[in-house]
Amino acid sequence: MLRKILSSRIAVLLLLAAMIAIVPVLAPSSFYLRVAALVWIFGLAALGLTILTGYAGQVSLGHAGFLGIGAYAVAVGPAKLGLDPLLSLLLGAVLCGLVAYAVGKPILRLKGYYLAIATLGFGLIVALVLTSEGAITGGPDGMQVPRVVLFGWRIAGVVPWYWISGGALLIGALLALNILASPSGRALRALHDSEVAAAGVGVDVAAKKLAAFVISGVYAGVAGSLLALMNGFITPEAAGFMHSIELVAMVIIGGLGSVVGAVVGAAFLVVLPQALTVLQEYEQAVLGLLIMVFMIVLPAGIVPSLRRLVLERAA
Amino acid sequence: MQQTAARRALRAAAVVTSVTITSALTIGPSLAADPIKIGSVLSATGPASFLGDPEQKTLKLFVEALNKKGGILGRPVELVLYDDGGDANKARTFATRLIEDDKVVAMVGGTTTGTTMAMIPVFEDAKIPFISLAGAIEIVEPVRAFVFKTPHTDKTACQKIFEDMKARGLTKIGMISGTDGFGKSMRAQCMKVIGDYGITALVDESYGPTDADMTPQLNKIKNTADVQAVLNPGFGQGPAIVTRNYAQLGIKLPLYQSHGVASKSFIELAGPAAEGVRLPAPALLIADKLADTDPQKPVVMDYKKSYETATGQPVSTFGGYGFDGIQLLVSAIERAKSVEPQKIRDAIEGTKGHVGATGLYTMTPTDHLGLGTESFHMLEIKGGDWVPQDKK
Repeated sequence: MLRKILSSRIAVLLLLAAMIAIVPVLAPSSFYLRVAALVWIFGLAALGLTILTGYAGQVSLGHAGFLGIGAYAVAVGPAKLGLDPLLSLLLGAVLCGLVAYAVGKPILRLKGYYLAIATLGFGLIVALVLTSEGAITGGPDGMQVPRVVLFGWRIAGVVPWYWISGGALLIGALLALNILASPSGRALRALHDSEVAAAGVGVDVAAKKLAAFVISGVYAGVAGSLLALMNGFITPEAAGFMHSIELVAMVIIGGLGSVVGAVVGAAFLVVLPQALTVLQEYEQAVLGLLIMVFMIVLPAGIVPSLRRLVLERAA
Repeated sequence: MQQTAARRALRAAAVVTSVTITSALTIGPSLAADPIKIGSVLSATGPASFLGDPEQKTLKLFVEALNKKGGILGRPVELVLYDDGGDANKARTFATRLIEDDKVVAMVGGTTTGTTMAMIPVFEDAKIPFISLAGAIEIVEPVRAFVFKTPHTDKTACQKIFEDMKARGLTKIGMISGTDGFGKSMRAQCMKVIGDYGITALVDESYGPTDADMTPQLNKIKNTADVQAVLNPGFGQGPAIVTRNYAQLGIKLPLYQSHGVASKSFIELAGPAAEGVRLPAPALLIADKLADTDPQKPVVMDYKKSYETATGQPVSTFGGYGFDGIQLLVSAIERAKSVEPQKIRDAIEGTKGHVGATGLYTMTPTDHLGLGTESFHMLEIKGGDWVPQDKK
């Protein structure tokens, strides 16, 4: 019974919706709403990566590159091409998908470490282009992102973006859960366990891996667009290497292959640095230590480990 | 067995979580007598830490010293300091936190142009004064009601150079600029103000940041008739190569370099060719060479001494920006006799003749930087050392 509830799709969505609904009630100021909105946005990017890493078993060290493409799409589109910000967001997502397809096609033939290094290279190239093409991107100083105006209503401030990012996360989670429950999702999981066995039972390994890479690229791109629109300003740092690592860490800390885990992992890495600022210079060291402690005591990631605990207790 | 291990894991996780939550709730050491809270978001770590670290040390030192003297308006000052690691997104989150959660009355910070631009809307919306420590002129042009900055801009350096040229009767010049970020930006600023001084650029050459030989460009300048002086906006090793090629070609015209190479390493790189080169530099660089009558001398020497004894590191102009930022703010709060953000803002805008480490600040409703060309000192390199050329 409990096992069934914990693994049902509706329960996961309800849990996320409840989290999104309850934060504004508890938050003493809009600063907390902003932090929560960042959790939903990075959670969305981590969700995409969980499809790639948690299910298809492929490691990407360049996912912030897609975040950067999505972010600059909503900055450059309206400012330089005169496009509507929302259209730019969609075009950015399409662009991320196309780039992921073009990049993934040759890269995904590589396995293990080679794939990680190739994606690392991709991320670095995106950051480099955004930094050096100053005429279009504003260079290392970054550029303004025009405000979204919807039906004459200028969307600014923390509250509307909190609900937009929360909504986007729910839609993303719904799509991810449906993908994972579909035959394609099962094929991805088979691939994770053994590529040889999956190929043996007729899974088109290369095509499924590529599909997972494209999907995760689009998720990161949309997350990047939302981040840029909420902040109203973007710098090439968004596509930086450290952000790629952060995304991978979110997926692993939260729990590989868990939808809720991706969001919990994002919360871990967005909220903790805020909580640890009291430690001043020791902040980074303690953050690293906490990550180690969590990985040692909850090796499968926070969410899967806790779920196992609950099920064991109930049994 | 499995179960006890699992239970232990759960307990460990619970302990870690509760420790985190408790530390999050007790924010900072609480000072007696209702402190005045001043916020600061700096890039003390990350790629911009060479700027942010001296800024952070300076602010901490200054506030410590201020509290020993009894604070402002009889109240202690609490500096709420956050490190954005050079990340504009983090900077913006911390800016929101300073306003919403810490309820600061003003902010001194923003190490890079990127982090500053990301934070500006937060402070403008909340109507909290924000004194930025970043370089770009876009921060104060157009003027925003609550945003100020302390570092001088490339434009001021250009004006200083052109002033000096005009005084020497040099009105027709050749330009040779680096295509790096600094060189490009400074060239653009110089071209904007060059007309104000009745000076014209007869040739306008450029070189790449990694070029190892600028002889062709310099030859073109040499062969252009009527050129009376040459200006080289650039950063890094490019200007040193220009200076050496300049001497090799035997060009006798006065050569001007920018504040971008105002460091000892430039003299070392360019060698004897640097003799006679002129460049504008901030007072901190030549603290001990300033004339005793210079109003900046006591301020600069004082800051240099206290920073160097406290940290054991040589003083930098970047720390000086932080020093000026917090001083402008403290003086504004004292003049306003209030910690109301609107009144502090008005007082900062009313700053007149404030002597800082970077220069003399006089703010107006149309100028939120307030530095004139006197914030730079024209230096000439003689005998491998700087010699100030200021009129006595």
